[in-house]
Amino acid sequence: MTQLTELTLAAARDGLASKAFSAVELATAFNSAIEAANPQLNAYVVTTPEKALEMAAASDARLKDGSAGRLEGIPLGIKDLFCTEGVRATACSNILGEFKPTYESTVTSQLWRDGAVMLGKLNMDEFAMGSSNETSRFGPVVNPWKRQDGANASLTPGGSSGGSAAAVAADLCLGATATDTGGSIRQPAAFTGTVGIKPTYGRASRFGIVAFASSLDQAGPIAKTVLDSAILLQSMCGHDPKDSTSLQVPVPDFAAAVARGVKGLKIGVPKEYRVDGMPEAIEKLWSDGIAWLKDAGAEIVDVSLPHTKYALPCYYIVAPAEASSNLARYDGMRFGARVEGETLTQVYEQSRAQGFGDEVKRRILIGTYVLSAGYYDAYYLRAQRVRTKIAEDFRLAWQKCDALLTPTAPSAAFGLGEKSDDPIQMYLNDVFTVTANLAGLPGISVPAALDSQGLPLGLQVIGRALDEETVFAVAGVLEAQSGYTAKAKVWW
Amino acid sequence: MAVDANTVRRVARLARIHEPDSRLESLAGELNTILGWIEMLNEVDVEGVEPMTSAVETTLPLRDDAVTDGGNTQKIVANAPKSADGFFVVPKVVE
Repeated sequence: MTQLTELTLAAARDGLASKAFSAVELATAFNSAIEAANPQLNAYVVTTPEKALEMAAASDARLKDGSAGRLEGIPLGIKDLFCTEGVRATACSNILGEFKPTYESTVTSQLWRDGAVMLGKLNMDEFAMGSSNETSRFGPVVNPWKRQDGANASLTPGGSSGGSAAAVAADLCLGATATDTGGSIRQPAAFTGTVGIKPTYGRASRFGIVAFASSLDQAGPIAKTVLDSAILLQSMCGHDPKDSTSLQVPVPDFAAAVARGVKGLKIGVPKEYRVDGMPEAIEKLWSDGIAWLKDAGAEIVDVSLPHTKYALPCYYIVAPAEASSNLARYDGMRFGARVEGETLTQVYEQSRAQGFGDEVKRRILIGTYVLSAGYYDAYYLRAQRVRTKIAEDFRLAWQKCDALLTPTAPSAAFGLGEKSDDPIQMYLNDVFTVTANLAGLPGISVPAALDSQGLPLGLQVIGRALDEETVFAVAGVLEAQSGYTAKAKVWW
Repeated sequence: MAVDANTVRRVARLARIHEPDSRLESLAGELNTILGWIEMLNEVDVEGVEPMTSAVETTLPLRDDAVTDGGNTQKIVANAPKSADGFFVVPKVVE
């Protein structure tokens, strides 16, 4: 029999329902796997083995008496950006000190409502600002995948949700929560051979998620399969009176959409996503993806999104501007770390100087600059207008197609330290994902091939606002047609 | 619109982040690299284009103006660096 930790979420759910194993047995298996692997991978920054067993025992009772929820007994990892009552949440920043939330985020509370079991908190880039997990106060996560060149280099799992992606890829949870502001769910999913979906802006509540850029931040799952991600997303979404931007619309049956197929759908291929220097393996995967969808009955259409190249520069005004405002709350007064000083201003300035890491400070400074008197119109207002143009590109594309197919990231996982000295090189990781955040659209990354070094590569599907079902349908076909089943070889 | 050390000092002050003088030049360099790249946006014709301020077209819902929560003083101060009797203890604000 396969080890319990190797099961998909859907298979584990069936096993629990048929009493093949108990929730406590499942949680115990994950607790041991994490204990053995985490010193090497650094995916978890807090583990909660006792809480997991407690929650699993309660799940077993509910499975027995017939009151089981749809995630009953399913062990999950939670990105450290989510507030979890009584369990430390720091956004992997020193400035939050040993912050223990006294309340639960809406997304996690919905997962517990449906019976899920918490294994611990997952590593990430500080305040979700990064694409390699290297800005975490707890040090980087190591990607479970290695290049086949024998050099044994440690690779990044991507970021910011690197802990979530690595934990899923290494079988250290059945699924994980993550968040995506410019690609932080989809790029790590692509780097680790996992599935990650960012739903439409407003699908999931942001209440209790540490804010980075509020008009872009959105929660979603990272999971082993498209179906698993659909099951998790179902529980995470829904209107929440505590987040006025969460949409008052019903949540469809996402899991049912996965097997719907693509017959009759029009799939757009945007020419602007063919960038210089894109590795051959990614070019090939993209053509393969087009062929797979065609074989399954979709019609392929060429589309143009002419403002694509302006998306990243636009993002690097909008996101830092919002971040500089959101992060103003960390002043050392009400929570987190305080550094004493002679004057109040010194307390603020020293607490923030010592509490924030370099990348976070850099973005706060950019955000403050572009919002400051004399520069607001030239930078911030212009960026918001360009954002309108980017959203319009998509609106025009939807007149010709039902979903878009692109690569997820411009490269496979790179080595830790390889890009950390060059912010712009790091930012370019999000070149294919950031457009969906700016336009508020759903996007999924599906692993579909390995490159010549044996590293996973992902394809991205972007859909219309609130049309996650089509996104799942296309992703389901890509998953099935690619036949992708590779897993990282266990070395940890 | 190149940023110099003085601008960095002013912006850091606005952001309430202490940056030592020795860091100002290198920070100015980093910010100029990023801002230089962002200048690309000047190529876009945005004449008459409305700024996008919300990711989805929706109207903000209203709720009843009623007290729905409260009495959580101890929870609110639980993570304070310093607190006393349910209050935050902060440095002297008025000189």
